[in-house]
Amino acid sequence: MTQEAKNIWVLVDHRGGKVANVTLEALGLARKLADASSQEVWAVLLADDAGSVDTERLIACGADVVLVAEHPKLDAYRDDPYTDVVTHLVKSYEPAAFIIGATSSGKSLAPRLAARLRTGLASECVDLEWDGEKGLVAVRPMYGGNVLATVETPEARPQLATLRMKSAPRPEPDTSRTGRVEKADLSGLEITDRVKLLEAVETGGGEVKLEEADIVVSGGRGVGKPENFALIKALADACRGAMGASRAAVDAGWVPYAHQVGQTGKTVSPKVYIACGISGAIQHLAGMKSSDIIVAINKNPDAPIFKVATYGIVGDLFEIVPLLTEEIKKETA
Amino acid sequence: MCMKQVPETTEVKIDQAQNRVDTGGLTRIINPYDTYALEEAIRIKENSGATVTVVSMGPDEVDQSLREALAMGADEAVRLSDPAFEGSDPLATAYILARGIEKLGDYDLIICGRQAMDGSSGNVGPGVAEELGLPQVTFVRKIEELKEGYIRLQRMTDDGYEVLEGPLPMLITVVKEINEPRLASLKGLMKAKRVTIPVWGLSDLGADPSRVGPSGSPTVVAKVAPPPPRSGGEIIEGTPEEQVKTLVAKLKAQKVL
Repeated sequence: MTQEAKNIWVLVDHRGGKVANVTLEALGLARKLADASSQEVWAVLLADDAGSVDTERLIACGADVVLVAEHPKLDAYRDDPYTDVVTHLVKSYEPAAFIIGATSSGKSLAPRLAARLRTGLASECVDLEWDGEKGLVAVRPMYGGNVLATVETPEARPQLATLRMKSAPRPEPDTSRTGRVEKADLSGLEITDRVKLLEAVETGGGEVKLEEADIVVSGGRGVGKPENFALIKALADACRGAMGASRAAVDAGWVPYAHQVGQTGKTVSPKVYIACGISGAIQHLAGMKSSDIIVAINKNPDAPIFKVATYGIVGDLFEIVPLLTEEIKKETA
Repeated sequence: MCMKQVPETTEVKIDQAQNRVDTGGLTRIINPYDTYALEEAIRIKENSGATVTVVSMGPDEVDQSLREALAMGADEAVRLSDPAFEGSDPLATAYILARGIEKLGDYDLIICGRQAMDGSSGNVGPGVAEELGLPQVTFVRKIEELKEGYIRLQRMTDDGYEVLEGPLPMLITVVKEINEPRLASLKGLMKAKRVTIPVWGLSDLGADPSRVGPSGSPTVVAKVAPPPPRSGGEIIEGTPEEQVKTLVAKLKAQKVL
């Protein structure tokens, strides 16, 4: 691909008609980059029936064009058909940059796509900028967040990036924005389909997703036993947030792995992170220290968590957490 | 099984004058995510009689981690090393690993950790799959069934998991939930010490020089910097009731509740 490549693409991550928040965040960010460089923002929507997705909303959130690719094999995310179709679209339209949300499907697709297109990919970026000469300049954490690397792709196009959830503000939809919907031509395209999806199971039961929650309440070793996690859950619910856990609590079998925050678990950056009975090992900090506000509740005044906490309470979590739950319920009722 | 050797800690120094991360003097270990991949490979071997080969790219000191993998139960290890490989980004690394795996010949399943602890890109596994033209499943949390030419597995998603099936050969990347890795036995370590680990370079692999090192790497790291510092804030004093009231008032004042 050549330097003539133009426009910034955002992949629409959707399921059951619902568009992922990180897609909207990416659209807002792409809008900013495109405005600074006189380019268009294209929302790229792959589906078996695109009618389930609100394209007006994609336009209101920053897209100039919604590029729709419909095919029966695009009924759910799978690596093979998505890679084939996106590759075809990229070769047909030659975008300059392509931003994909760092969801479980985005993190699977992007590296596969980068290898097929032989282009550069910056993964799990926390910020993206546009440079007149270099194009997309990506900032991504390495070494568990202890290093921020600036990654560039000088020659290859499109420049790929996956964007970490909640790294950019969600745009206010502007319904006065106009855009067009363009249908991609997939006729004659051979689409591979080697892996079959037998079942998709939601274990969260409609709970707020950990990576998307504005408030995360996590429990650690100090919680003591599995039953006590009910206190953590109650506080998370009162905050309309999500429940997290430290590695110690997960390894002890108190909480499922899906809740683990830290180096070998999930990375979160909510508005408020409340750490209860968590000492604050470096591996845990790697997963939460970019939170806006950190609250630490721990009986050990020397716990390292207090070194990163915006507000610290030295005390017994079994006393503090229920009081806090009640107070928040009262104040937000 | 693909393995990377990484520094034992992520608390690294940044050499700002040289614009690079300084990992000198740090003990080097098997990337923690790769220990799950290795354990899964060894379990498959124990259940099926398969052989496990560990492939890694890197300098001489990587042999120590390869020996540890042998001591855990891997059958063979190969190291890919060449001055031309230096400065390879994830795409070039995937290309090199794929050429190494191709040279090894027959394989049914390639297992990688979901990402490396240092670079944390998670790009190499799917890159190897693409280079070899294999189907892939990422973030695998369980292998439900594995038989001649067929695999059924569970893949972790953002809000649960998926059950998928597909043909072998395939490449999978695994998450921590899949197993609990064993430790290498002392006896195994002693035995592994005597093994000669083959080292394959650019010409052994018949690799295209333009696809390795800086010339095969579309990305460059233009700058490394420490994250903005975060200092300890305020300890809230008082009785538990007062502490809680003060905290809630502060959070409300910042409009986050």
